[in-house]
Amino acid sequence: MKEMKLLTEWAYEPSKIHHGYSRKTLYVGLGNKDQKYSFAQKDVSDDMIDKFTGGRGFGLKLLWDAVKDTTKWNDPENEIVIAGGPFCGITQYPGTGKCYSVFLSPETKQTYNSNAGGYFAPFLKFAGFDAMELQGIADRPVVIFIDGDNNRIQIFESTAEDINAYAVSEELHAYFAKDEADKRTISVVTSGEAARTAWIAGMNFSFYDVHRKAVRLKQAGRGGGGTVLYHKNVVALVIKRTHFTSNENDVVDLETIRKAGVSIHKRIHDQDDYQSKMRTVGTAHLDEIMNDYHLLPIHNYKFGNSPEAVKIRSDEYKKLFTQGTADGCWYGCSLACAKAVDHFVLQYGPWKGREVIVDGPEYETAAGLGPNIGIFDPRWTIEANFYADHYGLDTISLGTGTAWLCECYELGLINKENTCGLDLSFGNKDDIMEHIQRVARGANDFSIACGKGVEYAREYFAEHYGSDLETMKKIGMVCQGLEASEYRCQESMAQWGGYFLTLKGPQHDEAWLIFMDMVNKQLPTNKDKAEALFFFPNFRLWFSLQGLCKLPWNDIEPADNGVRYKGLQAAKVPEHLGNYLNIFTAITGKPLDEAGMILQSEKVYNFERVFNLRMGKGTSKYHVAPDRGLGPVFPDEWMARPDYFDGKLKEFGVNIEGMSTKDKVALLQKYRRAQWEELKLAVYHRRGWNKNGIPTLATVKRLGIDYPDVVALLKKHLKPEDEFEPEEEPAKA
Amino acid sequence: MITVNGDKKEWEEGLTVRRLLDREHFSFRLISVWVNDSLVDKPFYASFAIPDGAEVQIIHNICGG
Repeated sequence: MKEMKLLTEWAYEPSKIHHGYSRKTLYVGLGNKDQKYSFAQKDVSDDMIDKFTGGRGFGLKLLWDAVKDTTKWNDPENEIVIAGGPFCGITQYPGTGKCYSVFLSPETKQTYNSNAGGYFAPFLKFAGFDAMELQGIADRPVVIFIDGDNNRIQIFESTAEDINAYAVSEELHAYFAKDEADKRTISVVTSGEAARTAWIAGMNFSFYDVHRKAVRLKQAGRGGGGTVLYHKNVVALVIKRTHFTSNENDVVDLETIRKAGVSIHKRIHDQDDYQSKMRTVGTAHLDEIMNDYHLLPIHNYKFGNSPEAVKIRSDEYKKLFTQGTADGCWYGCSLACAKAVDHFVLQYGPWKGREVIVDGPEYETAAGLGPNIGIFDPRWTIEANFYADHYGLDTISLGTGTAWLCECYELGLINKENTCGLDLSFGNKDDIMEHIQRVARGANDFSIACGKGVEYAREYFAEHYGSDLETMKKIGMVCQGLEASEYRCQESMAQWGGYFLTLKGPQHDEAWLIFMDMVNKQLPTNKDKAEALFFFPNFRLWFSLQGLCKLPWNDIEPADNGVRYKGLQAAKVPEHLGNYLNIFTAITGKPLDEAGMILQSEKVYNFERVFNLRMGKGTSKYHVAPDRGLGPVFPDEWMARPDYFDGKLKEFGVNIEGMSTKDKVALLQKYRRAQWEELKLAVYHRRGWNKNGIPTLATVKRLGIDYPDVVALLKKHLKPEDEFEPEEEPAKA
Repeated sequence: MITVNGDKKEWEEGLTVRRLLDREHFSFRLISVWVNDSLVDKPFYASFAIPDGAEVQIIHNICGG
């Protein structure tokens, strides 16, 4: 890489971390294409810790203060805020390298938070910051360097010729490292060339794999964070931190953390091969399981099971993944789910013939860029995974969006003329790979529209190609502007809520209730479902406040967890929950019980909901479940499991004799749509929201987030006719 | 007939827990099985005969990653 010209630099006095917090955040302002760079070290108040805890909570608070009600994703005042949390950087317990990025999203037009594992967040904290805000738009492509060794921030004019993730990350690790060994002290955040035109571009977070002597990438892929980064003219954000101790967080009680760590490391060692096989396969072990339960998305979620799925079993991936190498993405994570394929020779695209290391694929990618687009070929999926990461494309939105595109093509809603010559039938490997390359390049108007996500593309197709908008809406697995992740949810009513009654759209990080609901039948009533859709989103959000990965919570469990506990209690994995509560106290010195944990989350959950209201969304009309999410849309879906679906219709007391399949499809959709509306009200009621999905004044007051601007905003939107009656019970069975 | 997680299912002579799990394609590993409220330990899945009319609970112990 050619030498980069230093544009500006700023020195700071590092704050020492104490009990998990440095109590300072970093502000980097890029001006408004005017070279007016600015920097600041901001204090973290007691109130901020009390109300927002850390991580995503800090991100939301800082973003709230930074933007106006009218701010759009591409305005200079939009920020990317990156933060870990009090657990971040702990090396004695697995899963503590997560960082959470918060921004206004080009895709969803509201707040988004996306996370990635790796070294960046711990290094940021060790450099003296609980969070960093990146605001403004630079007048030229820049590289921002946080030098945590010398306590200074530098902004360079980028000389990168190839801005794609693997290329630029490798160059910057080499550029800022003194020697080979020093490369591990660096982490790079970048996107890729897709971010120029696509709204589904994510951020890649690098770490240096000393065993392979290569850069590895983890993705905060969802929501378009990479698009925002590119729009700010930031080619890369680089951090360096060489020295740190095993107690950099200066915790209150290291011994408690050590003991909990020893216990879970032993469990991972003894049990993982019999449970989730994270160390040998990673999350791709889910492929065959999802197929067995009719949950694997096949042909744009039309089907959930296929005999062809045998070709993408985890055994097939295991053969390709390099084994026997530590794959933890941060020190101390023995779950080591970050699989890699070494010596992979690319078959397509500009790097055809080149040997590369590919990270993943994880389950979501294996399913989205696999059966969902009709491809049952692990090598093709691995190659698509490589290019998606390299170009900065979010593999989930890309997979779900392409699946929808293939169905549109097969239904004749778009044709070869529209696609500029590509046959986008399901399973057409060559043309689909070419489509991915074109989306990354923004090669033509069709590719650019596809890169902006399903919600944008369907409006574009309707306007420019005359495609039927209603059909495209029925089959598009998208809500609030975000494409769904890779689980077929239509047979689990609770998971309708887990996808479509969420803060940011159908990403399963709020709740994954399919087994509890559809298989175990532990949530029979709306009241049960509403309780789960209150509890789990808050329980799971807590991880995002702390800088934690969720996998060590329940992808490894005590061997007797399922027999010692039942129902909701078993689902919490009480022993691991206890570890987290104990460790929180051991880090911060503050006592915490389960109720306190949920309360921490509720504050942020409701604040985020209010934030989305502020940005023009955050009401009931954006909680829309597409037809494909609720059940079959076309007769061929019904006929894949005729007895099953006939049975479902009979449960409503329908005499199906003599009915056509088309009529059955329509009737089941009608009944399920009514169930969906009932579920929605039950969930809103349980969350302390009104019938329009807005937190009530009583709710924000109870949570202590009744700041004057929050209250003023709510008063503008809360209507008497939307209030639940005190005696009203919306949670009917 | 037996019930499995509340749903009526066919019973067959010599039906074991293992056979039932295979028949239902319940391949997930983190499960616990109760027959008439008695826990069946994993080593006995292949030998434990499920009686006709039994209430079987097969609990999948995960709420997503």
